[in-house]
Amino acid sequence: MSPETLAALAKMGLWLAFLINVAPIMLWVERRAPAFMQDRLGPNRVGPLGFFQGIADAAKFIFKEDIEPATADRGLYLLAPVLALVPCLTTYLVIPFGPDIEVAGRTMASVVIDSDSGIFVFLALASLGVYSLVLAGWASNNKWSLIGAIRASAQMISYELALTLAVVAALVPAGSLHLGRVVDYQIGERLFGFLPAWGVLVQPIGFLVFLVAMFAETNRLPFDLPEAESELVAGYHTEYGSIRFALFFMGEYMAMAVLSALAATLYFGGWSLPGVDLMQLPGVLPALVGFVILTVKVAIFMFLFVWVRWTFPRFRYDQLMRLGWKVLLPLALANLVYVAALAVGGKL
Amino acid sequence: MPETFLPILFALAVAFALGGVMLALSWVAGKRTGGKIKLSTYESGMPLLDRSRKRLSIAFFLIAIDFVVFDVEAAFLYPWVLVLRDGGWPLFWAVMVFVGLVVVGYAYVWKKGGLEVATQVAARRSGSAVP
Repeated sequence: MSPETLAALAKMGLWLAFLINVAPIMLWVERRAPAFMQDRLGPNRVGPLGFFQGIADAAKFIFKEDIEPATADRGLYLLAPVLALVPCLTTYLVIPFGPDIEVAGRTMASVVIDSDSGIFVFLALASLGVYSLVLAGWASNNKWSLIGAIRASAQMISYELALTLAVVAALVPAGSLHLGRVVDYQIGERLFGFLPAWGVLVQPIGFLVFLVAMFAETNRLPFDLPEAESELVAGYHTEYGSIRFALFFMGEYMAMAVLSALAATLYFGGWSLPGVDLMQLPGVLPALVGFVILTVKVAIFMFLFVWVRWTFPRFRYDQLMRLGWKVLLPLALANLVYVAALAVGGKL
Repeated sequence: MPETFLPILFALAVAFALGGVMLALSWVAGKRTGGKIKLSTYESGMPLLDRSRKRLSIAFFLIAIDFVVFDVEAAFLYPWVLVLRDGGWPLFWAVMVFVGLVVVGYAYVWKKGGLEVATQVAARRSGSAVP
């Protein structure tokens, strides 16, 4: 194997180790954290502080009976949960997690796909998430699933528009579609001479649009209309049980993690910390420490997901669509024009 | 360079392998009792009331069309990012003409009620007059 292949495999291994662990840890956080918010204890029996609850749940999912409706379209019914993993297990490839490092005399970028069209790859692969939901809803041959799937797809494509426009605006200061260049810009520039030029400070409105769209894209409360228990039983995964349901679950958590990583990269300086120069470290350490910093930023976003879920009630469907089309879309476009005018005027 | 993007194929294979292995694991480890009632379509514990393939609101179709139109227009804005500073104000105003055209289309859709998804249903449920 060539050194490039080995390096790519090592970087993918790092990401996979991170992503695979997201689901069990989040399972624990999502039950333990709200328990404290509601003045109860939550799971505390399995392992220290109940930390192995996620593993116990995974084992339980595996030993459950696979129930498959007799009227389901078998092939598509089984394909849908696998497809739920595809967007989150491919989009991480373009997210940078450190500065360029030197290994054995070669310069190596700390991102798997070092391409000038990185964000396109991300958006294209992230859009595939809709297929999983639609196939799950249709193949289950159940009206709740179908309605949930149609709602989910309408919601996801609506908010994808606002997300896309917010991302364009976030790329404007760096003037590149390469996420690594976006991070470099946020490290190199200063606002008013002392603040780091993080995207959130340059375009707070853009970040707000991105944040709301991020919640809607991952079908999290307050936008979890696709599975609104009170009206749709469980939405598109009504007919799914055992590990097949767990795959949707894992996909959702991993998508949250990858989108959080993108949010951190675009708006919070990615793998960098202000005042810390990772290049002083020897060997591959800059990339590893960068990955840890990125992980901490992702963890903060993940906690925000949980916090919001247990704080806000669910929107009604027409409110959700109105927010997406009549508020976020014009706001995202206005933000883009504003940021572009700043950049052309030489203020950025 | 196409080989830059080879990791995507590899990552796709990993995703499918992971999903496949987990499905197989549950297939092997899970017990199977089955039963006619258990495998019937779920309807909140009652006998099945109506068909599964129901007719859906035309509004969802409208959303899909609107999405295709606006998403293509958003994609056109990406190349602008690369040449934004070099192009300066002349290019900025040229793009603003394009954005203006998009806004005209958006205003038209809004005025025609193309964005009023599910509001009629909600209004009917809450008892107020249908707008």
